[in-house]
Amino acid sequence: MTKKIVLNEKTLAFQKKVEELSGENTAMCDQCGTCSGGCPFVEEMDITPAQLMRKVMLGQEDVLECDTLWICATCNTCTVRCPRKLDVSKIAEALRQIKLRDEINNLDINDLPKNVLKELPQIALIAALRKLSS
Amino acid sequence: MKIPYFPGCSLKTYASSFEKSAIASGAELGIEFVEIPRWNCCGVVSSLTSDDLMHHLAPVRNMIRVLEMQNDKIVDTDNKMLTLCSMCMNTLKRSNLKMQEHADELETINDFMYKEDQKYDGSVQVMHYLEILKEYGFAKIAEKVKVSLKGLKVAPYYGCMLIRPKEVGIDDAEEPTIFEDFLKALGAEPVDWRSKKTCCGSYLTVNKENIVVKLTGKILEDARRNGADLIITSCPLCAFNLDSRQELLQIRNPNFEPIPVLYFSQLLAIALGLDINKFGFENNKVDGMPLLKNKILNK
Amino acid sequence: MAVEQKMVTVYIMGEPQLVPEGSTIIMAWEYAGFQLKKGLGCREGFCGACATVYREKGDYKLKGGLACQTVVSEGMSLVQIPYVPAERPRYNLAELKPDINTFKELFPTIFRCVACNTCSKACPQDIKVMDYIQQLKRGDIAAAASTSFDCIRCGLCALRCPADIVQFNAATLAQRLYGKYLAKPSPELADRLQEIADGKYDAEIEELNNMGHDDLVKKYYSREMKIR
Repeated sequence: MTKKIVLNEKTLAFQKKVEELSGENTAMCDQCGTCSGGCPFVEEMDITPAQLMRKVMLGQEDVLECDTLWICATCNTCTVRCPRKLDVSKIAEALRQIKLRDEINNLDINDLPKNVLKELPQIALIAALRKLSS
Repeated sequence: MKIPYFPGCSLKTYASSFEKSAIASGAELGIEFVEIPRWNCCGVVSSLTSDDLMHHLAPVRNMIRVLEMQNDKIVDTDNKMLTLCSMCMNTLKRSNLKMQEHADELETINDFMYKEDQKYDGSVQVMHYLEILKEYGFAKIAEKVKVSLKGLKVAPYYGCMLIRPKEVGIDDAEEPTIFEDFLKALGAEPVDWRSKKTCCGSYLTVNKENIVVKLTGKILEDARRNGADLIITSCPLCAFNLDSRQELLQIRNPNFEPIPVLYFSQLLAIALGLDINKFGFENNKVDGMPLLKNKILNK
Repeated sequence: MAVEQKMVTVYIMGEPQLVPEGSTIIMAWEYAGFQLKKGLGCREGFCGACATVYREKGDYKLKGGLACQTVVSEGMSLVQIPYVPAERPRYNLAELKPDINTFKELFPTIFRCVACNTCSKACPQDIKVMDYIQQLKRGDIAAAASTSFDCIRCGLCALRCPADIVQFNAATLAQRLYGKYLAKPSPELADRLQEIADGKYDAEIEELNNMGHDDLVKKYYSREMKIR
């Protein structure tokens, strides 16, 4: 199956935006797949970390709609293993931030049942609110 | 040694046994934890986007408190700041590193915090309790052990924040040994297992409980398979996911055998011969006492 | 010889107005012809109704204050905040426990605090607002009740908070929980409640109620003063 990908000013602008936010040079990615291989959450994701990287390199904005962004818990396994020393966690964070800064939250505190809120330690609540809501 | 101590939000409630056992064991070794006055929550997770300084305010504010403590001479450690929770350590260290590497950002933050009398200068050194113990000397600790943990098979769980990313990790990101060295000093037998660096699912426990339960199920099973009697950790969130979530695992799989998850400081306190009633086991959901009594305390 | 009243120019919602020097912000508004029906209360700095946001000439900072307590300066820009439509959860104090879980349930937004300290900067009462939010985050309700004690619920903290926390309502809950469950019981309070139940001063109150205006004034000025 082939998919036609057009690179234009729009895709370039998106790639640049992610690079600015993350501070990472995505062109360094070799697509070796080490990030996907080590990711403890990869089974749960709709696209693998390596696919996410490829989409960013090609400036494909639909990467913002994947579940992977919200399943990545910034465990940094990919970051420490990347042979090109890319901080993949920072790239995922940049993508989450693009959504969150548009006030598109993945988690709404009002949706959490009271009994769940009560059960969770503060450390879990604070981290989730930071990562998943703006 | 009097060292500024940063507790973090959960240490006062959910993980109070972690704090109590750490303070008690420290006192036994001559390490006095002096709680930072007016400390504020570090934010748990570090802000990773290059332009977001707002979330670095909380960590930097705590480091200002450490400088104030030094000015007031209520601590005697040069620039050191002690943390127990792995996530606090990671967040504080990453912010500190950012301030040390980017003078312009440090200036912006100092300018924003104009109400603080003390400016931050990047001079604080954030250290985890395990690092302090290593500096103290595991051999010296071994000499002070009154109740040897001989015969106890312990799976050290590093998780993520203690060792990753490399620039803030307290040990090698792939082959850490600090927990193993610590356990050997206490006479315990460290279990070598694959899942020691596997993420527990972290804050996904809030809205993606299923993923966390699946992941922790695998981690706990791996510990059992390798013959561990119990697991130790240094993070209240790992503890919640590995310990409290066993309730759900039991519901899903009636054959699931619970395994105790303790904070490393609890084992240290036991080994130093401290009174268990004083440092508390009240937070541990899976009761480790029968095992400890059977293997260690009633020997 | 009449003393000349010096005047200063202030900007009320952008419009320049000449008002007497030394006026409070409330006095400036009224001098300029405005009649404030909301956002004004005791005029004594106690009730917290007259929260205001202002900027001094040459300064970039938006400052918070009470309009009845803050004196105007040349070139000051003013606006009144009539009301803060902040979230206020309903609860029955008798059903609550004085612990961290109560705050997780009723004020989960406190866990969004980034320690930016904007709330403390905005507080006209000089309360360390950020500090008591931090104390609540770690479940120290007694400390939070004490730190927030001077709060008059003007709402400026909530208005300026980038994390949408309703600090002043969380403080109210902390103080109520402290009062009901954590404070050391006072024997004097129990005694007084018993006196009320027994109707100890009912007769005297009744007497005052039935007194005419002139007699009341006379009694008031001839009362015994105890000065310690």
